Amino acid sequence: MADQTQDKAVQTTGHAWDGDLQEFNNPLPTWWLWTFYATIVFAAIYWIMYPAWPVGTSYTKGLATTTYQDKDGNEVTTGWNTRAELIRDMQSGASALKQKAYLEKVSAASYEEIAADPDMTAFTQSMAKVLFADNCAGCHGTGGAPALIGNYPNLRDDDWLWGGSIERIQETLVHGRLGYMPPFKGVLDETQTRQLASYVLSLSGNSVDAADAQAGKALFESETAGCYYCHTKDATGLYSQGAANLTDQIWTVADVPGATTDEQKLKRVEQIITAGVQRVMPGWSDRLSEDEIKLLTVYVHGLGGGQ
Amino acid sequence: MSDDSEVQLYAPRQSIFPRSVQGRFRNLKWGVLALAYGVYFLLPWLRWERESGPGQAVLFDLVGRKFYIFDLVVYPQDIFWLAGILMIFAYLLFFVTGIGGRVFCGYFCFQTLWTDVFIQIERLVQGERPARIRLSKQPWNAAKVLRIGVTHLLWLLVAFITGLTFVLYWDDAPRLVIDFFTGQAPFAAYATALFLTTTTYVMAGIAREQVCTYMCPYARFQSVMFDRDTLIVSYDQARGEGENGRSRLGRDLKTREARAEAGVGDCIDCGYCVQVCPTGIDIRNGLQIQCISCALCIDACDTIMDSLGWERGLVGYTSERVEEGGEKANTLRPKVIGYLAVLLVAVSLLVWSIGNQAPFDLSVSQVRQPIFVRLSDGRIENSYEIKVNNKTGHSLRLNFSIEGLPNAELAMEFPQVTLRPEQRLRLNAHIKAEPRVRDGHTHPVRLIATPDTDSGLPPLAHETIFYVPKG
Repeated sequence: MADQTQDKAVQTTGHAWDGDLQEFNNPLPTWWLWTFYATIVFAAIYWIMYPAWPVGTSYTKGLATTTYQDKDGNEVTTGWNTRAELIRDMQSGASALKQKAYLEKVSAASYEEIAADPDMTAFTQSMAKVLFADNCAGCHGTGGAPALIGNYPNLRDDDWLWGGSIERIQETLVHGRLGYMPPFKGVLDETQTRQLASYVLSLSGNSVDAADAQAGKALFESETAGCYYCHTKDATGLYSQGAANLTDQIWTVADVPGATTDEQKLKRVEQIITAGVQRVMPGWSDRLSEDEIKLLTVYVHGLGGGQ
Repeated sequence: MSDDSEVQLYAPRQSIFPRSVQGRFRNLKWGVLALAYGVYFLLPWLRWERESGPGQAVLFDLVGRKFYIFDLVVYPQDIFWLAGILMIFAYLLFFVTGIGGRVFCGYFCFQTLWTDVFIQIERLVQGERPARIRLSKQPWNAAKVLRIGVTHLLWLLVAFITGLTFVLYWDDAPRLVIDFFTGQAPFAAYATALFLTTTTYVMAGIAREQVCTYMCPYARFQSVMFDRDTLIVSYDQARGEGENGRSRLGRDLKTREARAEAGVGDCIDCGYCVQVCPTGIDIRNGLQIQCISCALCIDACDTIMDSLGWERGLVGYTSERVEEGGEKANTLRPKVIGYLAVLLVAVSLLVWSIGNQAPFDLSVSQVRQPIFVRLSDGRIENSYEIKVNNKTGHSLRLNFSIEGLPNAELAMEFPQVTLRPEQRLRLNAHIKAEPRVRDGHTHPVRLIATPDTDSGLPPLAHETIFYVPKG
């Protein structure tokens, strides 16, 4: 091979144009040609095996097939396509089977057993994170903390409207919750509303008019307003009613931390007293399986303030 | 080929039938081959005792994401070692090539080693070069089919053992071999073995020197490392050709004196150096891209010179500088010293890094969504995700704590965990703090994992941040 190019001039194809224009010929190695033929053969086999050519509004489906189970558990065999491959992989791929086996272990374990095992806790939390993003994040935010105070409770803090024990969280998930505080417009006049708001703000250490707060306390415990029925006389709230604890630093309905002046804080609390509160957490027993609810319970419990 | 009437657009491969040769470079090459094959084929079978993990000395466990190399366990976090190893190999290649030319190609490349073995098989079955040329030219008959068939069968066998051995590095070798032949091995094992059997057979049996000439990028970029001082296998033009060119040992040209008188060089044009060349070139035409510096032509010429009683070295290692009349090759030149310096730095860094592999890993990342939470008592909470990885080979108990942040408290579901050997774990952590000023800034905090005192291991700290909102 070497002496061809080393010793002799490069061969020409023998063609001549315009009298003296010639074409050099540097031959390709034959194996290169055979590799080219091999790619053609590969393409032909590929066309036969896999979806390839558009035909009218359809396409050639190919001989390769994928078998997976549909929603009702029936076996479905379709022509090879990546979507069916993905479904099959999610059902019977190596990773899916490994996850399934571990899920069965978690499903058989009690809440105490999960809480005592770092491995199971980590598995539960990483799996529930996906469930949370799919089902809960719409209201509660991706990380369990909504951007704004008012509409949906923050699940990251250590304050609970309906209780933060495993049992209470599971109950909330299964049955949902209806949070209701009646509007006091018409029951209380403007002065009384301000007095009550002053008292509520004073409970968490905000500076208010002392006389107003004193009058507000009387109203709070009176039958006129009747606040203490749900919020209790200590104003710490009843989990059974979903009534907020008014003595701590967490505001779930009125955006007091976002207020810049004392007057604005009063206005925000007054507004809630006047208009009332109505909030709904739907029940999830129809949409999520028992296992999924279990995973979410552990996840929400572990977000920051489980009791 | 120069016949214009018959233009060939595709050049068929000219079959090469290398003649065998004996000599010091051939012996060196057999030695390298024996060593390389010994390591490659036997290493998966070497057993090794570990406190935990497989009993195989070298095992690349892809499923478990751990590479076992004798007493070293390589975790995914250590992947940058691979970059180090690749860098070391690259600079080793630059360094060696800068000094000695294509030493890697000629002596160590697996293409060269396997081709060597395949040529040897060919020779054992079909005979020496003339016999093989005769066989290839004779019409097909039973004898030819048998000889060619046996050659290819043996090639396939070697190729298969090569492919199978490669697979054994990725799982427990004795079990995998049994599984392999009883049809229970994973699909990947069969696919890999088949692929490597095919490539070994095609590359070492059929494609051979074409791999080096047309396919291999290393062969091409090594020429960049060449300079006038690089060692090359070369023919001593002046000595071989004399004034009137080379000549065979004619009646009056039997002695050096007679040849010198006739103006004829020392080359007796026996063609032995061409016949032994595995890439089919004539070294007397000078340095060529096909030359892999295997030095077999040196052995061939030395054999002839010895038999004539003339001094060796008509074909030998030299450099362009020497060829042009220079004293000797300048080995230690700035380029080579530069390669060596980088090589030594890379090797020291890798050795240092492996020697200082932490007995366990700790990484802490702050949860960014939400970045902080207000607690009912007015404190601020930040959440973190901790990942720990036990590399000690035995059970490890860790206690977590924080330092560097005043008025802060660490809350975890598992403030103490016991990790099994090689266990990885993800844990949630919350830091609750009452900062003096709500400044809207981040503050440094160190999360510390302290092993139990009886383990004798030092605590590991991870620097992270605590965000304090404004107001």
